[in-house]
Amino acid sequence: MENRKVISALVENRPGVLARVAGMFSGRSFNIDSLNVAPTMNPEFSRMTIVTHGNEAIFEQIIKQLRKLINIAKVQDLTRGDYVDRELVLIKVKASSVKRAEALRIVEIFRARIVDVAQDNLTIEVTGSQGKIEAILELLSSLGILEVIRTGTVAIPRGRKGLKAGDSSD
Amino acid sequence: MKITGAQILLRSLKAEGVDTIFGYPGGAVIDIFDTLFREFSEDFRFILVRHEQAAVHAADGYARATGRPGICLVTSGPGGTNTVTGLATAYMDSIPVIVFTGQVPTPLIGNDAFQEADIVGITRPCTKHNYLVARTEDLARTIKEAFLIATTGRPGPILVDLPKDVVQKKAKYDYPDKIEVPTYKPNVKAHLPSVKRAAELIRQAERPVIYAGGGVITSGAHEKLYKLASMLNFPVTSTLMGLGCFPATHPLFLGMLGMHGTYRANMAIDNADLLLAVGARFDDRVTGRVEEFACHAKIIHIDIDPTSIQKNITVEVPIVSDAFDGLSKLIEELETKGRSSKADEKLKEWHSQLTVWRNQQRQRFDRTTEIIKPQFVIEKLYEFTKGEAIITTEVGQNQMWAAQYYLFDKPRTFLSSGGLGAMGYGFPAAIGAQVAYPDKIVIDIAGDGSIQMNIQELATVVQYKLNVKIAILNNGYLGMVRQWQERFYDQVYAHTDITVAPDFVKLAEAYGAVGLRATKTSEVEDVIKIALKTEGPVMIDFVVDREEGVYPMVPAGAPLKEMILV
Repeated sequence: MENRKVISALVENRPGVLARVAGMFSGRSFNIDSLNVAPTMNPEFSRMTIVTHGNEAIFEQIIKQLRKLINIAKVQDLTRGDYVDRELVLIKVKASSVKRAEALRIVEIFRARIVDVAQDNLTIEVTGSQGKIEAILELLSSLGILEVIRTGTVAIPRGRKGLKAGDSSD
Repeated sequence: MKITGAQILLRSLKAEGVDTIFGYPGGAVIDIFDTLFREFSEDFRFILVRHEQAAVHAADGYARATGRPGICLVTSGPGGTNTVTGLATAYMDSIPVIVFTGQVPTPLIGNDAFQEADIVGITRPCTKHNYLVARTEDLARTIKEAFLIATTGRPGPILVDLPKDVVQKKAKYDYPDKIEVPTYKPNVKAHLPSVKRAAELIRQAERPVIYAGGGVITSGAHEKLYKLASMLNFPVTSTLMGLGCFPATHPLFLGMLGMHGTYRANMAIDNADLLLAVGARFDDRVTGRVEEFACHAKIIHIDIDPTSIQKNITVEVPIVSDAFDGLSKLIEELETKGRSSKADEKLKEWHSQLTVWRNQQRQRFDRTTEIIKPQFVIEKLYEFTKGEAIITTEVGQNQMWAAQYYLFDKPRTFLSSGGLGAMGYGFPAAIGAQVAYPDKIVIDIAGDGSIQMNIQELATVVQYKLNVKIAILNNGYLGMVRQWQERFYDQVYAHTDITVAPDFVKLAEAYGAVGLRATKTSEVEDVIKIALKTEGPVMIDFVVDREEGVYPMVPAGAPLKEMILV
């Protein structure tokens, strides 16, 4: 059974750390569906959110192999608990005058936003969970999608559980 | 007072207790070599090899023989790229080696400068960790970290890249006594509840086998292993990397397991009801077909590296700790409460079964022929060195025959490229071991293929008058591949005939070493005697049976019980 896994890793903010993580994945033939990396409140650390798929044995290896990397402070399997995940997507769709109304309606339904308008196309910004993103993409595809740019998933545990280096929730 | 980066480097190495450096100079490290030569020649023994790959293998051999980290110093670009095979070897076998590479000055990095290579990028997947030192001020701490990480947890190689300007600039020297790397916390202590569960399985086991690997040697747990095995009367098999962790001459020792393991070791694994794996990682050359490996056994797995556990084989009781702590706690636990007499009765039956298997198949070869059998050479080397030599090997048939026919009673006496299988390892590794132990006999058991991969090191052994003996089992083939071709590729010997080779005796002489040759069985003993009596490097060309094979043999991917015996 192939499952989706969302892993959050707190990593040292140093040159080469992303290459270590990406290299570990490719060298061991693990999948990366998306990988997002950005600084945290503490400038010494960055947060990586990695979405992958596979079976339980592979997930166990991925998490252990990540923990083995020297520059990684903390690794959490978010899918083991309750978590919120979001992705931001920019979608450029065809929108001739005939289709424009329909595009706007879809934007409304999904609480998305129009961020750029041109003669015959619109750029839509939408934020949501994976399900929502997939749904809007499917609906918009009937209009003709010109381009999609995705940030990849970011995620955080629900409730009081944190992700910081000192947390014992690991 | 401020001192140069080169001085900081060498002072730091001194502070770490380093006494030997293997290396090769070049433009990017010329300042370090200058400082080493002018100011530190009393502090370090520098061994100038003839190829950087050999420098890393030599440092690796030094590390395996002593347990202390091996140190290398090479230049940028090709100097660094030539260390890759050595690093990968040390990485696979968990050997603490620290390689210092020169780098072009920081303003030139990324400009495709002369002798520039992104060595940190290149070696990321074959080092435990690596560093590019950006500022002279960071140098001392980085070196401290490198030693800490290389030698603790599951040890491994570290590369430290040193841009030329970082080495030239000055900074305050302040070498920390102790440091913390907050993101590096290896666990060496076994979790007690797991130990108790393991002990309970051990108490009930009727057909147990201890499967010991290189981790026992790394953590210095050989005496603990001896104690546990003898108090329980449990048989022990070992991986290639584990040879020497349990005395090969001991009646409880079953020999090596796996692809070229003994019949009884493999049969024991196949029939065991309990496997205690310690410091071993279920490599494919050990398990054969994983689904059928030890399929009747419950498995306890002690390993310091969590990634090794549940990777290839599902185990009942994982214990994340070093072999020393895991075995110590097991001993304590079993001393408090021992095995039942019923289980021990069954254990007696198990021992008689093991004896039956031993008698069914011993490793055999023809002892009547005048054509030299390679196994005979190893037996004689064992006999004439009284089993007390440090043996290094190349890779292939020579390696397997050495593992099968030389009996290793002590740890750190069998040095071989196990995981990576790097031909060309043995000779430079012998250099490293000999430099570490000048009074010991060090023999590289080689093939005619492998020895040619680092044969330039003859110049090194002659220069430093190193007492290294090389025993070439010369069959004119890349023998292990030929053996596979014989068995599995219709005897089509695609590109494995290497009869076009130098005259090894003349070659040794050309370098200023002693060359000897034996072409008949009756000459073997005399040649070995002469070689051992001769001071300094000796290369012996044993012209052996061209088509002798290594047996038993489990075909790749087959279950262990499907051994080809002859």
